[in-house]
Amino acid sequence: MTKVQLPLSKKESRLYMAFMWVTYISLFVGGLMGLLQTLVRSGKYTLPFNIDYYTILTVHGVILGLVLTTFFIIGFQFSLMGKTVGISDKQLKVAWLSFWVMLVGTIMAAITILVGEASVLYTFYAPLRAHPAFYIGLALVIVGSWIAAFVNFRQLYVWKKAHKGEKSPLPAFMVIINMLMWFIATIGVATSVLVLFIPWSLGYAETINVLLSRTLFWYFGHPLVYFWLLPAYMAWYVVIPKIIGGKLFSDALARMAFILLLMFSIPVGFHHQLTEPGIDPTWKFIQVVLTFMVVIPSLMTAFSIFATFETTGRRKGFKSLFGWFKKLPWKDVRFLAPFIGMAAFIPGGAGGIVNASHQMNALVHNTIWITGHFHLTAATTVVLTFFGITYWLVPHLTGRRLTPRLNKLGIIQTFIWTFGMTIMSGSMHIQGLLGGPRRSSFSEYAGGEQVATWINYQIAQAVGGTILFIGILLMVYIFIQLTFFAPRGVQEYPIAVEEDDAEPTPKILENWYLWIGITIALILFAYTIPVIDIIKHSPPGSPPFDWLIGR
Amino acid sequence: MGKGNSKQHQPNSNESTHNLKGTFIAVMLLGVFILVSWFGFYALFLSR
Amino acid sequence: MHLHKYEKIWLVFGMASLVLFLLIIGFAAFWKGTHPQSHMETIDPQNVEAHDAFKPENLGIREVADGKYIVNIVASAFNYDFGKDTEGNANKTIRVPKGSTVLYQITTKDVVHGFQVAGTNVNMMVEPGHISRYEAVMKNVGEFTIVCNEYCGIGHHQMYGTVEVYE
Repeated sequence: MTKVQLPLSKKESRLYMAFMWVTYISLFVGGLMGLLQTLVRSGKYTLPFNIDYYTILTVHGVILGLVLTTFFIIGFQFSLMGKTVGISDKQLKVAWLSFWVMLVGTIMAAITILVGEASVLYTFYAPLRAHPAFYIGLALVIVGSWIAAFVNFRQLYVWKKAHKGEKSPLPAFMVIINMLMWFIATIGVATSVLVLFIPWSLGYAETINVLLSRTLFWYFGHPLVYFWLLPAYMAWYVVIPKIIGGKLFSDALARMAFILLLMFSIPVGFHHQLTEPGIDPTWKFIQVVLTFMVVIPSLMTAFSIFATFETTGRRKGFKSLFGWFKKLPWKDVRFLAPFIGMAAFIPGGAGGIVNASHQMNALVHNTIWITGHFHLTAATTVVLTFFGITYWLVPHLTGRRLTPRLNKLGIIQTFIWTFGMTIMSGSMHIQGLLGGPRRSSFSEYAGGEQVATWINYQIAQAVGGTILFIGILLMVYIFIQLTFFAPRGVQEYPIAVEEDDAEPTPKILENWYLWIGITIALILFAYTIPVIDIIKHSPPGSPPFDWLIGR
Repeated sequence: MGKGNSKQHQPNSNESTHNLKGTFIAVMLLGVFILVSWFGFYALFLSR
Repeated sequence: MHLHKYEKIWLVFGMASLVLFLLIIGFAAFWKGTHPQSHMETIDPQNVEAHDAFKPENLGIREVADGKYIVNIVASAFNYDFGKDTEGNANKTIRVPKGSTVLYQITTKDVVHGFQVAGTNVNMMVEPGHISRYEAVMKNVGEFTIVCNEYCGIGHHQMYGTVEVYE
């Protein structure tokens, strides 16, 4: 497979770079908000111009959690598709449409938040009501991403027709899995926004069903985090082996892991709602079991990564038990940044199992441990991998090179990030175990010893946050260098190939009807009865509340 | 998931590249880490 | 599909660990009754006083049997109503002796709130139209801050109380 990489035309590259631009502008804006939050929470700083803490918190969550991730992922995935199955002129036009729809939606939502009309955080829980423009903006971002998904589906379909009987290129297969998952999952949040929120925010519906809206949100909310993680896995499976000078460990196992991720990422949303009233605990437990199933493909991934390292090292002649590990290309930022991302996923994943452990969730639910958790998984594992991709993808697209100097700056950036995040996420984890709440501005509450301890950890978070912001400035600098100033040249687009004697991949792995069928069956199993219960036993609906968010 | 026929399929030419002892030790350490941390947090949960 | 011998062992080990975790929490949940808070009772959020537990005179702590207490709370932005003391001032502190069993019952008049007695396992979502309840044995002595841990608006961080567990 992928014996020949397709060249990316100038036209295509422009599209993929457009996505990268939005990514790095978002990183700067969202990161600045994050810095301000940690400073406010230290208790030593107040925001100027009467800006509300929760306004910048909403900007931070929406811009980094929804905008940066979605734009980077769709841009990167388009490039993978372009490299392996190609894109036609017509598809390219529709892809641009997806970009613009998403961008218009983003700007709409962002302005609404910035003028203080949507301080509802990125989860926008009812019955706090934002201005309708916020919900419409979010809906447009989702619709734009659907357009991108359908372009991707079309790309593979066209390729398959021209390559009868061949298996699809692995990167394209992975992109399709991720976009399928995204499409199936966003149907939930889109239903919630279009059917429940928009009519209610416009005043056409007097009340809203709070629990139903939350259930629809979390039906989307967990696959959302897997939508972030899967592109990182793509890089780990197909890019990293090439960078370290090796080959794919197993095409079939990689596909199998992605199929399992598709099946088990969605029917698990209740593990975000474990402490909520109105949901039968037996159904919560069933979704906890399904959540634990989604750990399995990650266990497979861990083995696969180590095995790739070891096989590659042994082929190079390192005989000792861990000699292959020492000789990994530590001085190559394209490897180092994603590697630290992988390492962060060890405590991140272990913490995730704790979070999902049914009644044990009470230990951490809505404490700042959770914030620490996703700054480890999303903001370290995923983001460092995305940075790792940026170092070669951007120069590849702009016809430049990652110079030794920029490589070195990248390594410094990786260390700054790791250091800052260790302090910030570490102190969030500890403060959370001590009961410190998340999503809260600085407060001394009733005072006392407990609160004083929390504030000490918040000061540590401000130190970590400041270091991270320096990391963001450096990363934005590197991005600008790679876009405009790095010397012209050819930067490789690293995609690993299979071993010459690799076993053939079973055909069943590309039986889309089967995998989509099982996915839908699992969703119906996990959600049908509890959702009917929620609707049947729903209390009187909730009228909107505007003044609580300062509108 | 038994031991089964994994041996038979192994291509001889690749014997050295299929030595995955280091990988095995690494993932098992990872597994032990998950176990220990889970039981640690469960103990904390029970103590409260 | 070919799996390396070591990968098989690893996956069996990993899956066995997951099954072990599930058996432990499943046993605790279904046989010992320690499910996470999942109370099913509903209420009209615009008329919570209609429910006996949330009448103004029934708010706050009440001893129902030796060492057994019920605490009724109405949450609203940005306050927990624990009733009034004998002088008519708003109660902000719940005091119970160590080892007592306390049933917390709470609902909200407006938006979604959180209710956590920080440092204990009392941690639940409070949603309009629903009653949340959780029974806990207060095992450890100390002052525990009650915090609203779900965003409820611009005064969210000013919503708190205290549970004092004494010897």
